[in-house]
Amino acid sequence: MLKIEGLTAEVEGKQILKGVDLEVPAGEIHAIMGPNGSGKSTLSYVLSGREGYEITGGSVSFNGVDLLAMEPEERAAAGLFLAFQYPVELPGVGNALFLRTALNAVRKARGESELDAMQFLKLARERLKALHISEDMLKRGVNVGFSGGEKKRNEVLQMALLQPKLAILDETDSGLDIDALKIVADGVNALRAPGFSALVITHYQRLLDYIVPDRVHVLMQGRIVQSGGPELAKQLEAEGYASVQAAA
Amino acid sequence: MTAQPSGHPSGAAGFLHRFEGLRARLPGARLGFVDALRGEAAEAFRQQGFPTRRVEAWKYTDLRPLAAAGFDEPLTAVDSAPDLPPAHGAARAVFVDGRFREDLSALDGLPYAARSLAETLPGLAGRLGGLARIDAQPMVALNTMLFEDGLVVTVPAGVAGGVLDLVSVATASERPEAFHPRHLIRLGAGASLTLIETATGPAKARYLHNPVYEIEVAAGAALTHAQLQQEGDAGFQLSTVYARVDEGGTYDNFTLNAGARLVRNEIHAILAGPKAACHMNGAQLLQDGQHADTTTVLDHAAPDCASRQTYKTVLAGRSRGVFQGKIHVHQIAQRTDGYQMNQALLLSPEAEIDSKPQLEIYADDVKCSHGATVGEIDAEQLFYLRSRGIPEARARALLVEAFLKEAIEGVQDETARGALDAAVTGWWQRQERAA
Ligand SMILES: Nc1ncnc2c1ncn2[C@@H]1O[C@H](COP(=O)(O)OP(=O)(O)OP(=O)(O)O)[C@@H](O)[C@H]1O
Ligand SMILES: [Mg+2]
Repeated sequence: MLKIEGLTAEVEGKQILKGVDLEVPAGEIHAIMGPNGSGKSTLSYVLSGREGYEITGGSVSFNGVDLLAMEPEERAAAGLFLAFQYPVELPGVGNALFLRTALNAVRKARGESELDAMQFLKLARERLKALHISEDMLKRGVNVGFSGGEKKRNEVLQMALLQPKLAILDETDSGLDIDALKIVADGVNALRAPGFSALVITHYQRLLDYIVPDRVHVLMQGRIVQSGGPELAKQLEAEGYASVQAAA
Repeated sequence: MTAQPSGHPSGAAGFLHRFEGLRARLPGARLGFVDALRGEAAEAFRQQGFPTRRVEAWKYTDLRPLAAAGFDEPLTAVDSAPDLPPAHGAARAVFVDGRFREDLSALDGLPYAARSLAETLPGLAGRLGGLARIDAQPMVALNTMLFEDGLVVTVPAGVAGGVLDLVSVATASERPEAFHPRHLIRLGAGASLTLIETATGPAKARYLHNPVYEIEVAAGAALTHAQLQQEGDAGFQLSTVYARVDEGGTYDNFTLNAGARLVRNEIHAILAGPKAACHMNGAQLLQDGQHADTTTVLDHAAPDCASRQTYKTVLAGRSRGVFQGKIHVHQIAQRTDGYQMNQALLLSPEAEIDSKPQLEIYADDVKCSHGATVGEIDAEQLFYLRSRGIPEARARALLVEAFLKEAIEGVQDETARGALDAAVTGWWQRQERAA
């Protein structure tokens, strides 16, 4: 599904990613943990095509195609989805219009028929219900005045509608209460299928009790320094990153 | 100087020259008060000429391209049937090159009077020129000197007038034409009307549309006035509105500037009675090479009045936008509530916006605020949309529509808001086709 090799990237002349190697096979869920500032969000932005990063080396292949050569919207159409660590507020853009425009853009790019307002509403209502999100959220401006937890749920709602092949969740669990955490996990687990992979970035082992990862990687100073099974997350929770640092 | 077949001059001198020749044939020539008014206006125009940028009020808008062109007043009425913009209601008054066209209009059976100015002039003594100022207003002087027609609407007290379309269509002609319609709108006490004005013209045609409005809103009356300016891309529009609102009355103006090579919308509103209100909203959508100027002068001349202005300008290519907004709070106007916001979104590094808010406050118990911002499309927002699969052009369109939204939502009247939405959408479609 996703194959990252020797990826290096700079922001404003500062090297942040210093040779990331990571492979996520189809159908697997991998977790990335790592201290603040180690480059986790940078990696997810580079994968989704945000401007401002200079890729100085390495490659990323997504289902066999060169991901780094694509525009952000092409990556989304190809099945990549990033749940933002800090979802962006769009005052004046209604959430329903936003969701429908995104869904139809992706459907169109995939050669599927576009949904009219009624068809969209029906689908959106189903997804909202499954995620225990109030319908009010459709009427408001995108993320405007949403609480931290509501913003994260809105990210998961977008994921549930767009049905990506690879979802990158950047600290989607941060700031969520226990119930919301389960809802987010259910949202991810509902997508589990042989053709779906996820990269779950988190600071807390707790999320991984609900979304059990196939692999856990530790990103430190712009590099994957250790990988292991779900037990690695438990070890990190108990011992912190000092032990990894020593080992690396 | 553009060559004129008969060799007569262009610019201000050209207009004066034609006025001398036409004076005896203009509507109302035999009515003393009309002819005297025209004479005074000609004198004022002779003294002032076209405004230049040395005049403070015209600092940001250069009329030289207009002054350099030679214009003819259309002496023969066109009788072709040009394409008309979509109607918003059953009632409509259509003007082609500034002339009322009864055959294209639908004004029968209305609960109020709506007639051609040329036909109703004898009854307009005292009303014509009652609000418009020819001193220090050269374009108004020009209009007064040369107007040939216009719409006169009189809604009796208590009557709900519904929606009235005022359509102005310019047609292509061999030489640039100028028309100066004069519209008089009067609402009696407690009356209401939604006036939706659409101005269009053919592409590449050079013409000048120079309308002047004199609007009276009596006590408790409510006028919604949408001005959807979609003139042809080589046309000039210079419009001046004078509105007077009495006690408890409301004047809502919405201006959309989406066409013309050069446009100036000047609105003078006087809140003349207590608890009167005025809302002015506007959107300017400018493409490469366009210049649009919105200038408002709001007089709070009575206590407890409220005014709100929200103007948004979107500038693409090498376009230039201007907003000048003056709020004058007279000494008597205690407890004035005034608000003015003016925002610009630059879509291109070559676009430019000038903005000049001006508050003059002579009362002490006043709540008045104003603000101005200039920005670009937010890169974070754009990326967020694109990361959801929305193509860049569509993502930009969504953000621009969001930017305009506040100005459009401020329009209370449903029909006017619908018309506006459609006009904005139309502008986008033209943009996308051009891209
Ligand atoms: N635009 C920028 N300009 C300068 N430095 C930046 C910029 N963006 C990121 N950085 C730096 O890059 C490093 C990695 O940041 P990143 O956001 O990827 O960390 P992270 O692993 O996601 O951290 P956290 O766990 O706190 O979310 C940090 O030192 C950060 O300050
Ligand atoms: Mg981060």
